[in-house]
Amino acid sequence: MNSLKTMPHPKANTPQRLRHGSHLPVGAPRRRNRRRLQLTRWIGLGVFGFWILVALFGPLLAPHPMGAFVSDQMFGGISAAYPLGTDYMGRDMLSRILTGARYTVGLALVAACLSSLIGAGFGMLSVLLPKWLEESVRRVFDTLISIPSKMMALVMVSAFGASIPLLITATVLSYAPGAFRIAHSLATNLATMEYVQVAHTRGEGRLYIAAREIFPNMIQSVLTDMGMRFVFIVLLLSGMSFLGLGVQPPAADLGSLVRENIGGLSQGAIAVIAPALAIGTLTIGANLLIDSLSTSRATQKE
Amino acid sequence: MRNTLFGLVAGRLGASLLTLFLVSLVIFAITSLLPGDTAQQILGQFATPEQVAALRAQLGLNQPAIVRYWHWLSGFVTGDLGQSASNGMAVAQLINDRLPNSLILAGITTLVSVPIAITMGVVAAMRRGGLIDRLLNLVTLSMVAVPEFLVATLAVLIFAVKLNWLPALSYVSTVDSLGDAMKIYAMPVLTLCCVLIAQMARMTRAALIDQLDSPYVEMAQLKGVPPIRRVMRHALPNAVGPIANAVALSLSYLLGGVIIVETIFNYPGIASLMVDAVSNRDLSLVQACAMLFCGTYLVLVMLADICAILSNPRLRNR
Repeated sequence: MNSLKTMPHPKANTPQRLRHGSHLPVGAPRRRNRRRLQLTRWIGLGVFGFWILVALFGPLLAPHPMGAFVSDQMFGGISAAYPLGTDYMGRDMLSRILTGARYTVGLALVAACLSSLIGAGFGMLSVLLPKWLEESVRRVFDTLISIPSKMMALVMVSAFGASIPLLITATVLSYAPGAFRIAHSLATNLATMEYVQVAHTRGEGRLYIAAREIFPNMIQSVLTDMGMRFVFIVLLLSGMSFLGLGVQPPAADLGSLVRENIGGLSQGAIAVIAPALAIGTLTIGANLLIDSLSTSRATQKE
Repeated sequence: MRNTLFGLVAGRLGASLLTLFLVSLVIFAITSLLPGDTAQQILGQFATPEQVAALRAQLGLNQPAIVRYWHWLSGFVTGDLGQSASNGMAVAQLINDRLPNSLILAGITTLVSVPIAITMGVVAAMRRGGLIDRLLNLVTLSMVAVPEFLVATLAVLIFAVKLNWLPALSYVSTVDSLGDAMKIYAMPVLTLCCVLIAQMARMTRAALIDQLDSPYVEMAQLKGVPPIRRVMRHALPNAVGPIANAVALSLSYLLGGVIIVETIFNYPGIASLMVDAVSNRDLSLVQACAMLFCGTYLVLVMLADICAILSNPRLRNR
């Protein structure tokens, strides 16, 4: 973000080999570095894309219905019939994960989109609205940002009980302020740019400036930020479900699957490891992808 | 002048107090906007309307929200946190019993993670672009995104189930020797450390690289100062402020992690107390715990800011 505060560098068009910080035209190490970035991007894209596909089509592919009791064996191991074993009630774990992933990915996507939409929308207020209104909105968001997200979710669940709309509300309340803060500082910086002032002088309206001059220039950063938020929201929601305060039975997301099978941990049951690994790979994949995207963007900018 | 520095720190302190006040307002607003009401909840569904009305009057629920908020807040300042709805004990007593356990856990985690994280960050920054740096980058980037319960589950599986070295649950009361204590704390601390170290190492690396990129380090390099000395004598002292800032900020992640870790290991700390309170919808206990956590969070963020202010030589020497 610091790089955005400075005016565009006059030499912005020079080849990227002349990066800031190193005044020597470093050739070989840079190139190697870039190839590695590509690698993390492909790993991230592959893993994250896999989970998106699972969320979209998983329930269709599930061999058994989610709630069906298919086996007499509790915490059954890996077998041909049940590739990920059975859970604490003898249900097919693969089917439950395929269905649970839809809750985890879907809820987090909805919450991340809403957070970014609300946050970025209010963030552009600095261009659209009078100063006093902007200040008061900022005060509210600054207060919300100083409540840790888990605290917000716990307090809201204790007051209203756990339900899916409430979980999304709590998540948006804790993650929209961060999105606001970033979008706001981006918009404020962009508003001082010459081309925006030219538009002002041309006599363009505030809405036009926000939509045509500011928004297209911040959309990429807002999307990257949304990706980060997605990762944190997956962690928050599966954490809440793990505590038994998130998605409630009979529905189950990946966090709930870890919770209900935690009793099998002392036997080393695959039923508890598999959903935990599922969440881990989803968040790691998304994180690697976003990091490689934002790093390569930063390299382009210099 | 000292005055500017003092003014900045005092200003930051005041801002934190104001935020804490606003946070208390939010927490109170959420918890008293109940669709049902507390009296109804205490008495259950079969209470007569007269009983509910009587209890409402007894609890002071008929007063306007602003009066109740004032009572609640003044109770906080004087240490009267009200009573737990589920077992009738004083909230202050409950918290008092559990708080030391959580503080010990957080303390040990800090002591273990900070040196490791800083070393990792410094090494990565010195070998920037090298194999170690890239490896550490990949590892920390992955660890940042790993849920605590995955680390905890794997730790239990490996150390308690497969290797049988450690007990799967923590019972603080059965500590007899140092060895016992280490066995109990090993896995909760290990789990908390994983995410924390990754966070801190990344931030330390960024802070140090920021310094290594500056002209005075390049000057030292041109003079022929060897790399180790360049980092230890030139860059590191200037990066202490940002690193302290990073450490304080990362420690605030402990608050979220400790909730999961205390639950999974059955550790009798303040976070598991709060999770139980949320399950039982024991609102006064939830309010108190939430305020405690939010307060701690604000203190850590404030410490991070103050470290940044104090370490800025332009402010210190003016």
